[in-house]
Amino acid sequence: MSEALIRFISKPHPVTGVTNSKLGVWCFLASEVMLFGGLFSAYIFLRTGVSDWPQGWTLLNVPLATLNTMVLIISSVTMVMAWASLAMKNLSKYRVFMGLTILLGVTFLVVKSFEYGHKFEHHHFPSTSNFYAIYFTLTGLHGIHVLVGVLVNLYFLLPGSALWKKDPDQLMGRVEAAGLYWHFVDLVWIFLFPTLYLL
Amino acid sequence: MSKHHDSHELPFWRKYIFSTDHKVIGIQYAVTGLLFLLFGFCLMMLIRWQLAYPGKPLPLIGGLFSETAMIGGIMLPEFYNQLGAMHGTIMVFMGVVPLAVGGFGNFVLPLQIGAPDMAFPKLNMISYWLYFVGGLIMFASFFVPGGAAQSGWTSYPPLSVLASGGQTWWLIGMAFLINSSLLGSINFIVTTIQLRAEGLSFYRLPFFVWAQFVTAFLLLLAFPPLMAAAVLQLMDRLAGASFFMPSGLVVNGVSSAVAGGGNPILWQHLFWFLAHPEVYVLILPAMGIVAEIIACNTRKPLYGYKALVGSVISIGFLSFIVWAHHMYLTGMGTKMSAFFQITTMIISIPSIIILTSLMLSLWGGSIRFTAPMLFAVAFLPMFGIGGLTGLPLGLTAADIHLHDTYYVIGHFHYVVAPGTIFALFAGIYYWFPKATGRKMSEVLGRIHFWLSFIFMNGVFMPMFIQGLAGVSRRLYDPMQYAHAQPTQVLNVFMSISAWCLGLSQIPFIINFFKSIFWGERVNNNPWAATTLEWSAPSPPPHGNFVKPPQVYRGPYEYSVPGSKNGYIPQDAVEAGSHV
Amino acid sequence: MPFRLECQWKGFKLAEKYYGWGFPVDISTNGAQIDNLIYIVHGLMAILFVGWMVFLVYALLRFRQRPGHEAEYKPHHHFKVPTFVEVAVAITEVVLLCAFSFPIWHQVKKEFPSKENSLEVRVVAEQFAWNIHYSGKDGIFGKTDPKLMNAMNPLGLDPGDLAGKDDITSLNQLHIPVNKSVIVHLSSKDVIHSFALPVMRVKQDAVPGQSIPIWFEATKAGNFEIACAQLCGLGHYRMRGFFMVEDGDKFSAWLTEQEAKKLAQAPAAV
Repeated sequence: MSEALIRFISKPHPVTGVTNSKLGVWCFLASEVMLFGGLFSAYIFLRTGVSDWPQGWTLLNVPLATLNTMVLIISSVTMVMAWASLAMKNLSKYRVFMGLTILLGVTFLVVKSFEYGHKFEHHHFPSTSNFYAIYFTLTGLHGIHVLVGVLVNLYFLLPGSALWKKDPDQLMGRVEAAGLYWHFVDLVWIFLFPTLYLL
Repeated sequence: MSKHHDSHELPFWRKYIFSTDHKVIGIQYAVTGLLFLLFGFCLMMLIRWQLAYPGKPLPLIGGLFSETAMIGGIMLPEFYNQLGAMHGTIMVFMGVVPLAVGGFGNFVLPLQIGAPDMAFPKLNMISYWLYFVGGLIMFASFFVPGGAAQSGWTSYPPLSVLASGGQTWWLIGMAFLINSSLLGSINFIVTTIQLRAEGLSFYRLPFFVWAQFVTAFLLLLAFPPLMAAAVLQLMDRLAGASFFMPSGLVVNGVSSAVAGGGNPILWQHLFWFLAHPEVYVLILPAMGIVAEIIACNTRKPLYGYKALVGSVISIGFLSFIVWAHHMYLTGMGTKMSAFFQITTMIISIPSIIILTSLMLSLWGGSIRFTAPMLFAVAFLPMFGIGGLTGLPLGLTAADIHLHDTYYVIGHFHYVVAPGTIFALFAGIYYWFPKATGRKMSEVLGRIHFWLSFIFMNGVFMPMFIQGLAGVSRRLYDPMQYAHAQPTQVLNVFMSISAWCLGLSQIPFIINFFKSIFWGERVNNNPWAATTLEWSAPSPPPHGNFVKPPQVYRGPYEYSVPGSKNGYIPQDAVEAGSHV
Repeated sequence: MPFRLECQWKGFKLAEKYYGWGFPVDISTNGAQIDNLIYIVHGLMAILFVGWMVFLVYALLRFRQRPGHEAEYKPHHHFKVPTFVEVAVAITEVVLLCAFSFPIWHQVKKEFPSKENSLEVRVVAEQFAWNIHYSGKDGIFGKTDPKLMNAMNPLGLDPGDLAGKDDITSLNQLHIPVNKSVIVHLSSKDVIHSFALPVMRVKQDAVPGQSIPIWFEATKAGNFEIACAQLCGLGHYRMRGFFMVEDGDKFSAWLTEQEAKKLAQAPAAV
């Protein structure tokens, strides 16, 4: 197929210095900034429009969310370690770190589901108030992004790692791209956490 | 490394249905886009019946519609509003953009930069199918209880939040379309940056590629806020949130049960943040197409290439900071409106530069009036009218009288209909030989052109008169207002023009299908053009080029003194001209 | 072609008198400025367009392909006229903004007449009618509450509020005195509507959850109409109100009539 003739899949472009997938992921992340930016803007617009917006810590579980923040930050570190292991040609170490990253991601989602469950038990839904509405929407969309990241990482841990035999550089590039995405998801949470929980 | 498949080994469904070849995908986008354009056109023809003859039963086909749409062939207001909302949505998101970007962009761009395909062929395929599913959802929404979305293509809350189920389908359909565009735009940007042939620097790119490149950035960055807004509106509709619902609403005498505290203007900001760049998505590819055709059919380089490139980049940036000129009458004060008026006036400058450069490109040329050239030349004054009529709308004081009137409808239709769609027709006549190896009939092309040109103006010019008279848009029955009655006769005139415009497309449809089978066979380069796509066979095989092209010069080396054939293709090994 | 007149009112005579194929009649103190701006912009648009067209037609004719006429390559040929045109357009736009649009908008949005010299009216839009609320002799609007809104009390006037006792409400009939400034506080009960008075060159979105003030002053008496200028549902097309501009005496008489009607209808409310 013509795909065989497409250049810069594994080797970087001599002028731009990046592979296609790296440039592609950066473009994707730019659009994600605009997506979450749109939601954050909505939050600011809504909050400044009313006088009785509650302070986040009075309604939300700060300790649990702090734990989740640590979980994500550590998972970003393990993600980098996973990529670094590939760079050092150590496939088993890669698997360990990638597995850890996935585990931490799942932990985040489990903690989140406890949070949500607690809210629903106490009859706090998006319909309760705009505070809860934007809380559920922002963390919900973020949670979906975490889930997608976990699934992508699972793919690279299991079936996708077969690429290591055929083209190790391409696998490294793909894991790096997945890593960039994962860091971004972490970064969004670093903004979400103080905005929703601490202000 | 991807497997080496010989195209002969691929089964039919992998070669033509789930293909990853940019040319097949481009044709899929183009054909689907044209079908949706036709569907959207039919919705308009229904609208125009009601406007011309309010309350009169629709002859012949009136009985085919269900009782929720027409009773005894007489249109109901709810159906009229569905037609209005869906005509706009379908034409913009499922017709023009997929054809202009998905169709032309996909097919031509990799060829024009000398690439074997897009950077991400599988992603390209997914983009198309996301569009297809989104379009299907939009189409299906007509058949749900309550009918399709009916709150305008702009979906302003609270009306849209309170509306029937079709609005949810609209939001979900939009989500698919947005994500399709997003993935497509990533592909275009990476492909243009990374996969240009050797020697093809940015300043040697055809203007078509520049236009598609800037358009891709608009799609990448402007669509996500609408995605965010769609999520918020879905939350309001399905989860009882109040993002756009203020407190104290009383609807039909019943106090609304929502928590309140929201603001309808938030939707408008998020929506228009996309929708303004979206209109540049509608026009930039068209300008790109027109530029290519003018250069080729004047047999000389485009005038002001650098100014054209600078202008298209400026438009890209500026388009993000003008959006609230759609919102002047929402209660905006003097500071915010001053900002947006200024940016709106500024953005008119690069648009005028592009139009003037394209016109000046005709000077000193040897103009061939081929079918594509007729449409390309007509684009210029038609877009001129569209662009100029944006000026009074961009000034707040004038907008007080003209906002939400037919003046606005006339303005944007001039840009998009005898503007962009003419450019798209031009592109179809121009690149049809590359895609099929055959030319379309010139005679049918000319008939199509002249009839379309006359009737386009017949449909849209009177709208400015109605607008100045203060006639509001989206009126099921304009006769209910005294100030709209004197111009009612224009409605009849415009409707007849619209139906004749529809009939005028028949020569095109016949030409299109006839030429696929029986059109005059052509070689690689029937138009004697210089850009890289004409070096590939017609149609190009997988991988496009027999060997990767090497580029030696700029894109418009026509009539170079001393050249062998009167023009020098970008990849020709020939002395002379080294732009 | 048959030309259907479906207006419930004697509209056609009205239509002939005040409306036509151009601007509606202008009876507003602000109207002339707005109309002039629109004329001027169109004049400039016409200049640019005619200029383009003359050039286009000439070029298409002069440079059409024919034997003996080759295209010129000339990559460095530079016209001076376009630069001049761009600069002229830019300057013109600055003038349009600074000399016309900014001042007019400022006047409309910020230079409100004093409340003492004006008639204040509340207009609350709903699907599909205009609720008009006058403050009565005391000049104070009675409190309203969405929870009290119903068919008999569309504005939700609080019967317990003394200030509201003399308030006059009307459905779809906005009466104002001629030659006196009017301040309208615009709002909506349900969806976004838009309050438009074509003969006054007035248009303002009525946004639920907000009360937006506008002002205008009519210079001629007559019977005109209120139009809704924002899609608000299936009755958007029939959301027509009556806009009556009357001499001071006639207006007072109308108010008195409304007061009397109100007293006759209302049982002894607390």
